[in-house]
Amino acid sequence: MSRISSRFTELRKDGMGALICYIMGGYPSIDFTVKLIPFLANCGADIIEVGIPFSDPIADGRSIQNASAKALASGATPTKVIDAIAEARKEAEVPVLTMTYFNIIYKLGVDNFLHYAARHGVDGVIVPDLPVDEAIEFCEKAKGKGVDTVFLASPTTTEDRLQRVVRLSTGFVYLVSLLGVTGARREVSSRAFELIKRVKVHTKGRLPLAVGFGISKPEHVAQLIRSGADGVVVGSALIDLMEGSTGDRIIDNLAIFVTSMKKAAKRDA
Amino acid sequence: MKRKFGRYGGQFVPETLMPALQELEDAYTKAKRDGDFIAQLEWYRRKYAGRPTPLYLAKNLTRMIGGAKIYLKREDLLHGGAHKINNCLGQALLAKRMGKTRVIAETGAGQHGVASAMACAALSLPLEVYMGSNDIERQRLNVFRMRLLGAKVNPVDTGSRTLKDAINEALRDWVTNVENTYYMIGSVVGPHPYPTIVRDFQSIIGREIKKQMINEEGRFPDCVVACVGGGSNAMGTFYPFIKDKVSLIGVEAGGQNKDRNAASLIYGSEGVLHGMFTYVLQDENGQIKETHSVAAGLDYPAVGPEHSYLKEISRAEYVAISDEEALRAFDTLSKTEGILPALESAHALAYAMNIAKDMKKDELIVVTLSGRGDKDVEIIAKQMGYEI
Repeated sequence: MSRISSRFTELRKDGMGALICYIMGGYPSIDFTVKLIPFLANCGADIIEVGIPFSDPIADGRSIQNASAKALASGATPTKVIDAIAEARKEAEVPVLTMTYFNIIYKLGVDNFLHYAARHGVDGVIVPDLPVDEAIEFCEKAKGKGVDTVFLASPTTTEDRLQRVVRLSTGFVYLVSLLGVTGARREVSSRAFELIKRVKVHTKGRLPLAVGFGISKPEHVAQLIRSGADGVVVGSALIDLMEGSTGDRIIDNLAIFVTSMKKAAKRDA
Repeated sequence: MKRKFGRYGGQFVPETLMPALQELEDAYTKAKRDGDFIAQLEWYRRKYAGRPTPLYLAKNLTRMIGGAKIYLKREDLLHGGAHKINNCLGQALLAKRMGKTRVIAETGAGQHGVASAMACAALSLPLEVYMGSNDIERQRLNVFRMRLLGAKVNPVDTGSRTLKDAINEALRDWVTNVENTYYMIGSVVGPHPYPTIVRDFQSIIGREIKKQMINEEGRFPDCVVACVGGGSNAMGTFYPFIKDKVSLIGVEAGGQNKDRNAASLIYGSEGVLHGMFTYVLQDENGQIKETHSVAAGLDYPAVGPEHSYLKEISRAEYVAISDEEALRAFDTLSKTEGILPALESAHALAYAMNIAKDMKKDELIVVTLSGRGDKDVEIIAKQMGYEI
């Protein structure tokens, strides 16, 4: 069982949903990323998703776009980000996924990328512009390296596509809560709850589902976990918090926020 | 429909868009077999856009060069001043058929934005155009034209603030409003089925050339030459000739040198951008590079996937022409024939002039003059050191 799957199993036993924290690798610096991963894990993050910056992130809203541009400006490269993950893993056992666009992986070479990632402690990959239709070979290769492949399901995904998304996903399925790009929203879209029900028909409890896009408050987390999600992904809200804080306040604010999000992830609250 | 051209093309987009691309493919497959749709498109082409466009023998230019006969396919005479309207009319009719109530488009130089605005106005569809703020600065006149035609222009302030970022932003809008919105892509780029749809709508160019050349010369040309940014006028010119013994030459923007250009097929490498696997200009880590060309319409870091395929199987040849050579060709055509070509088309013309002189006098070249140069007058004045 992969580290990601085990984590979901443990959490289920404890009656908790998973808090998945997304950070941008190399934002604002590689050194910061190395420290941030164990810090978030200590605050209650169950899984960390690390973005590898790309110049043209079409699935991302303003917050992650800006973080991506800043990471690139500070010299972040795909291998530096993966090296940072390896470094951080010395301090924390937390499962880590990378999130990046397919060109980054293609340019490094699919085999090469997966090999490098697996060797440096990456447990899974999310590629937002690689739909299942283009991913057959990629999945086989990832399987060979023991890397989980997490695919996205969206409110527009048809039933036959949902079936394929579930079939190719390992670790968990990523449910896109809304129509749109990443970025903190005030409320959880009603479509997220419909989607949870629809995906469950296909997973039949065999694969956890985590909901992302727009999640920014403890209330969101509580609503989604109570509606049957096994986890939530928080990304832009963390970046917004870092952008809005200065100096030591960054660490304090992150600690307060992540702790409150984790507390809301109880299954029967 | 085929999803790829050999290894190129495909659908590298967020899951949210996949059902919409399927819907588009289904709608297009039905439309192209529907007599009403074909008749409507034909009507707009003739009565609205001004087709067929002339195939003009550039006698003075031919005499000056002293080699092959040079014909110009006058897409510059179309409504709006460029070939872009061919595609926009087709897609606007498709959007209407699909019951979409809102259209979005991206534009670089503004030519596709203007053509989209015209087609959408003619078919009563509301349009929003994404345009990089750097391009807005460079192409103020086209921005105003779009507004006059009733379109809303949304400036894009991210990334390099040019065409590639406008496409990113249009894709983000589409992901958000996919259920009621039609995305009108301006070239043979993007995820399947766009490269095929746009190529089909532009193929009217090559089909007319064939017929007109038979009338004029009783045979097909020896070679056809067209400029390639995303590559829609070139694909439209090439496609009807694919199975014939006619050389196909695509001319990319060589810019200033091998580091500052927009020639993806010449200086780029394989990668994924804007939903397609194709040649892109990127650095060693896969980050997309900023591009440069004096012709804003060629300033794009990728190219239509079918061109990548034609390059791979050596069915078409791709070359690069520098800013300077394009400007010289602009000047030559203006003075010899009294035609101001778009700077994009001037790239094709420059290469045709280069090869014509080494060809026999009974050989035939067709250059697709994809647009008129009126839009470029300000840029050219600046190059010449004038303020107008």
